[in-house]
Amino acid sequence: MPEEPRRSPLHGAHRALGARFTRFAGWEMPLWYSSIREEHEAVRHRAGLFDVSHMGEIEIEGPAALELVLGVATNDARRLRDGRVQYSLLCSPQGGILDDVTVHRLSGERFFLCVNAANTERDFAWIRRHAPRDAEVRDASAEFVQLALQGPAATEILSSSVPLDLRSVGRFAFVEARILDMPVLLARTGYTGEDGWEIYLRAPGLGERLWAALLDAGRSWGLVPAGLGARDTLRIEAALPLYGHEIDESTTPWEAGLGRFVDLGHAFVGREALERQLREGVPRRLVGLEVRGNALARPGNEIFAGERAVGHVTSGTFSYSLGKPVALGYVRPEFAEAGRPLAIGIRGRRVAAEVVPLPFYRRR
Amino acid sequence: MEFPEDVKYTREHEWVLVEENTATVGITDYAQDQLGEIVYVELPSVGDKVSKGDAFAVVESVKTVSDIYAPVSGTVVEVNEDLPDNPTLVNEDPYGDGWIVRIEMTDTTELDDLLTAEEYQAYIAEEEEAE
Repeated sequence: MPEEPRRSPLHGAHRALGARFTRFAGWEMPLWYSSIREEHEAVRHRAGLFDVSHMGEIEIEGPAALELVLGVATNDARRLRDGRVQYSLLCSPQGGILDDVTVHRLSGERFFLCVNAANTERDFAWIRRHAPRDAEVRDASAEFVQLALQGPAATEILSSSVPLDLRSVGRFAFVEARILDMPVLLARTGYTGEDGWEIYLRAPGLGERLWAALLDAGRSWGLVPAGLGARDTLRIEAALPLYGHEIDESTTPWEAGLGRFVDLGHAFVGREALERQLREGVPRRLVGLEVRGNALARPGNEIFAGERAVGHVTSGTFSYSLGKPVALGYVRPEFAEAGRPLAIGIRGRRVAAEVVPLPFYRRR
Repeated sequence: MEFPEDVKYTREHEWVLVEENTATVGITDYAQDQLGEIVYVELPSVGDKVSKGDAFAVVESVKTVSDIYAPVSGTVVEVNEDLPDNPTLVNEDPYGDGWIVRIEMTDTTELDDLLTAEEYQAYIAEEEEAE
């Protein structure tokens, strides 16, 4: 028997909205409410509200908090100021990616990491294993509701709900505020390629109230609830990696095109292996592919150069913004340059594809 | 959700309209609703011979890809040429403009295995119950 799925504190609200649910990383979460296309387009042109309460939150506190973050994460957390967020990677000693995370600096002695649902427990154990005596690590995931308000109207919608002008808050910065009387942390981050906010509320019991308040505030801007289906099509267009697809323990940041989030000027788990791979070269690289015809490439489909298998697809979808199918996948480095014609094996047929620069979609 | 009485149904969520020796096949309103917006339909070729139970067409949405199984044996005599350019016809009008293929049947006794509208609805209810 499959294990009972975990459910968001907002499950009842989703059900009331007629959501279609899906299983993801052990959770039962909304896949769509109206349709993936409508929700995708709402986020690109207006705004969408996602329940992402399945994501994990790990708190690190104490005099050695910064030392711990530096020791386990590839990016240079010394560059973070209070109220700023940094995208970073946790790597194994072999340089494989254990997770991709956002690191929020509340103070020099208080950080919190937003981590992937599927990896929360492993990340927690991993970070705690590397913790010096003066750093306390807590898995606070069960205490949070997390929402993502994304789209060109997101900042205006959220500003209407708080006594702050959020336009002055920069990308990858966060502020603490109140919505109605609920204390929230508002981070100008997201996973859609649009302007937007990730909203953390440490009070699961108030989640439905926050959800309803935001949907209400956004009504006149055309805000709609959006599910994991649109989240996936949006993030693929923006070439944002999904753990278990583009990245996992067998892939390194160099291979995944995430080298800009690796700072070799500080010691961290995996640094030596990553330095070595930088010297020796990568065996494969993540590329974007535009796919001819209308069949969708799926994870695991082989990528061919002529008759030769040179890689595999990690994610594929229909790009609503481009009006054609696209895919992400790994290929041997000599086949990774833009313009290279390749083919994808889809259900026994070879479908023509071409390597294109990433991201597929960039907001103007 | 619609379950017209003039067609028969399979447990794989196809419908079959029988006119003399020809069976028109599509997917049910329930199936299109489960799949979400269809982005691609892979059709067989006219003249293809199919056996009952063969996966002979594919309907694809962003989230999933579904095989369409031949509900009867025979020869494909017509395919819906509008679908490659307008796959959402399957969503919009599953029992009408969203039909998929026509099969000239070789063994009409195979029709005896198909479900009535009432039986099919009961079958869906059972499946949902089991989830």
